[in-house]
Amino acid sequence: MSETARNDTLLDEEDSQKDKYLTFIVDGESYGIEIRYVTEIIGLQKITSVPDMPDFVRGIINLRGKIIPVMDMRVRFNKPFREYMERTCIIVVDIRDLSIGLIVDSVAEVVNIPAAAVAAPPDLTKRGNRFIMGIGQAAGEVKLLLDCEKLLTDEETEQLLNN
Amino acid sequence: MSDLRGDPIFEAYLTETAQLVGQLEELILACEHAGAFTEEAIHEIFRIMHTVKGSSSMMQYHNIAALAHALEDLFSYLRDHPARPANWSELSDLMLEGVDFAKVELHKLRSGEPADGDASVVIGKVDRLLDAIKRGRIEGEDAADGPVPSDGLYRYVATLRFTEDCQMANIRAYQAVFQLRDRLADFRHIPESLLDDPEADAVIRRQGFQLFMATDRSRDEIVEALSGTSYLKDLQVREIAPGEYARANPPAREAAGPETMDNGPPAGKPDGAPNREIRNTAGAHQTTIQVNVDKLDELMDLVGELVIAEAMVTQNPDIAGLQLGQFQKAARHLQKITKEIQDKVMEIRMVPLATTFQRMNRIVRDMSKKLGKSVALRLVGEETEVDKNIIEHITDPLMHLVRNAVDHGLETADERAAAGKPETGVITLEALNNGGEVLILVRDDGRGLDRRGILDKAKARELLHRPEADMTDKEIFQLIFLPGFSTKEEITEYSGRGVGMDVVQQNIAQVGGTITVDSRPGEGTVFMIKIPLTLAIIDGMNIRVGDALYTIPTTAIRESFKAKVRDIITDPDGNEMIMVRGECHPILRIHKLFRVPGGRTDIRDGVLIMAEQDERSLCLFVDELLGQQQVVVKALPAYIRRLNRVRGVSGCTLLGDGSISLILDIQGLLNMNHGGENGHVGDRTERYVAG
Repeated sequence: MSETARNDTLLDEEDSQKDKYLTFIVDGESYGIEIRYVTEIIGLQKITSVPDMPDFVRGIINLRGKIIPVMDMRVRFNKPFREYMERTCIIVVDIRDLSIGLIVDSVAEVVNIPAAAVAAPPDLTKRGNRFIMGIGQAAGEVKLLLDCEKLLTDEETEQLLNN
Repeated sequence: MSDLRGDPIFEAYLTETAQLVGQLEELILACEHAGAFTEEAIHEIFRIMHTVKGSSSMMQYHNIAALAHALEDLFSYLRDHPARPANWSELSDLMLEGVDFAKVELHKLRSGEPADGDASVVIGKVDRLLDAIKRGRIEGEDAADGPVPSDGLYRYVATLRFTEDCQMANIRAYQAVFQLRDRLADFRHIPESLLDDPEADAVIRRQGFQLFMATDRSRDEIVEALSGTSYLKDLQVREIAPGEYARANPPAREAAGPETMDNGPPAGKPDGAPNREIRNTAGAHQTTIQVNVDKLDELMDLVGELVIAEAMVTQNPDIAGLQLGQFQKAARHLQKITKEIQDKVMEIRMVPLATTFQRMNRIVRDMSKKLGKSVALRLVGEETEVDKNIIEHITDPLMHLVRNAVDHGLETADERAAAGKPETGVITLEALNNGGEVLILVRDDGRGLDRRGILDKAKARELLHRPEADMTDKEIFQLIFLPGFSTKEEITEYSGRGVGMDVVQQNIAQVGGTITVDSRPGEGTVFMIKIPLTLAIIDGMNIRVGDALYTIPTTAIRESFKAKVRDIITDPDGNEMIMVRGECHPILRIHKLFRVPGGRTDIRDGVLIMAEQDERSLCLFVDELLGQQQVVVKALPAYIRRLNRVRGVSGCTLLGDGSISLILDIQGLLNMNHGGENGHVGDRTERYVAG
């Protein structure tokens, strides 16, 4: 394959992921996550809990020999913990070379939300809103778009503030 | 320059040159230690510089090549004039400066940067030293110079280099020799065999063509004759002493007569023994190969997967409880082979500590010079082998400990004399195998640790959580490893670069090791580092608590037993202890510590496992033992580690059925328990353990 051809496919791939969001439901609310972060969606697995973790880190799972942490998005968003059910899914995301599983109530669909249809979140200071980078509209529905990087890094700042 | 990393020639150059530079450093230090550069050492250094020069200029790293060239000249002079120069120490300093320069440049190259250092300062020094040596010798010149040529012949050595576009450099060299040979009384060249040796072309390209000759003609005439050679890029002709000429012309060779000039190619001469350099490399290629560490890591990972896969098959729930004679037999066979592969892979990764230890020579030397202390470094057991990854992790801590020992541990010469000790302080670096682990001792015979000072400092920094009177000397000394103990007050050039002993401890803990210290006032201090032989696969005992599975390294387990209620003692704070053979051990309930639901709570229902490390022990209360097996240690995910909250767990492993088991960190559990805390991890212990 020639250099330009390869570049084109790369661009195509990049292009096909642009503005695409995987939507999922947590506590009746619809959220969206940029598709480029998502590696796969798996059903609920046996979770091994790790001591001394914050509540929202449920533990670790064995993903085909790779051990990754899983985070309960309900608890992460300060909603009450709910026992897992048949529809509960784990979305495996890859954020800055860290693999992590996000436990959600259910996965909905992949939607296209162009940048023009994304509005800034109304109130950044409210707890639980910290992870929202924008509010998107697709097919007349409102989706809260997640800031993936914050999901991982915000914890540390939070820890510092609490101490 | 473009990034050459991954290019085999470039990699080979880096590895080879790094090795040579390392050899050179060792050689210099050894010579300095012996107080003189022996003739062999000078030859060896000359040879090394020669090779470095050749390969560096081939790779177009002109600064390295130029430096090597200058040093080569220097040693070529020393080689020809065996009388010793006055100042060996100056020479060693200079050589080490050169070594450092080369190391820095090689490091730059390895990290993908251009080798752009300026060697001219060092080269200038080398030239000046050479001048000085030459001048210093003028008076006794000929007398010191071995036998005067008695046959009226001059001896020259000509070095010819050919341009890059020159094809078949060996043929050009042959032509040059051919047209000159009538005028020469005797000659010899490197490489020896020009036409028969398939390597000759490559050798000439790499290191030039050297022609040693004995003749009655003048130097100018020789130069003129040789400069007519086609494709010539560079020509040097210098006069040499008959001694050097004879050395380049071993009698055995002479007897065989000048080489096959008259035979046309290919003569197929079997005895055309290649010169020393070629023979060395050829020999080395047959017995060892160099492998990229990444590949070994991958292989190790694969073997880890294999061990897990094997457990998945042999302990498959589908066949549990079935009597399958043939299957069991085959499974045992498989287990045996897996174990052997694993052992072999481990063995491949084992590296002797010698290189790491020898680096300390250099540190001790530099520091003792700067600080004006007389220090001897003794190395014991440097052939002890540990896993490659572990070596990387302990080099820095060791360097730190050695620096500390020289700087703080050892007294000045005056103080030593006053204390009636020999003026030279001795630092001993000792390694020994001790079952599944390696012990490394860093011992000095200095003033010892200041018990009072440590206590005062710990108090001032609020690190003391127990009454002084309760603490043994060893426990007090151990305080220096607490975070926040070392401060920047005592910065000297070498110790205390903002790195405290707590960092040393952390580094060692990272590879599953421990460090302890003992000291006697006036007699010295010993640091003892215990590290596991390998990290990747350990023998573990799997245990169950409620639904959760844990693995305990078998090396830490002393025994397991059922407790009797009457042996259990509970203190007023609710801490449980058990008397075993007259000794009292604290009990740690895993279900309580890790808040595992469904764990057995009655001490009579479960099992107690007595775990021990560093002369401290505790009994873990668990539901049941599941059995012993080899487990592959995996780190907890980076995200979990970053939260930095996990205590008492050092990693995790996959069991045969794919479930995850957490590997308990006995050292961590002991530390947690140390403060008397026995419930789940509290603030107090947390501060004590890691700050």
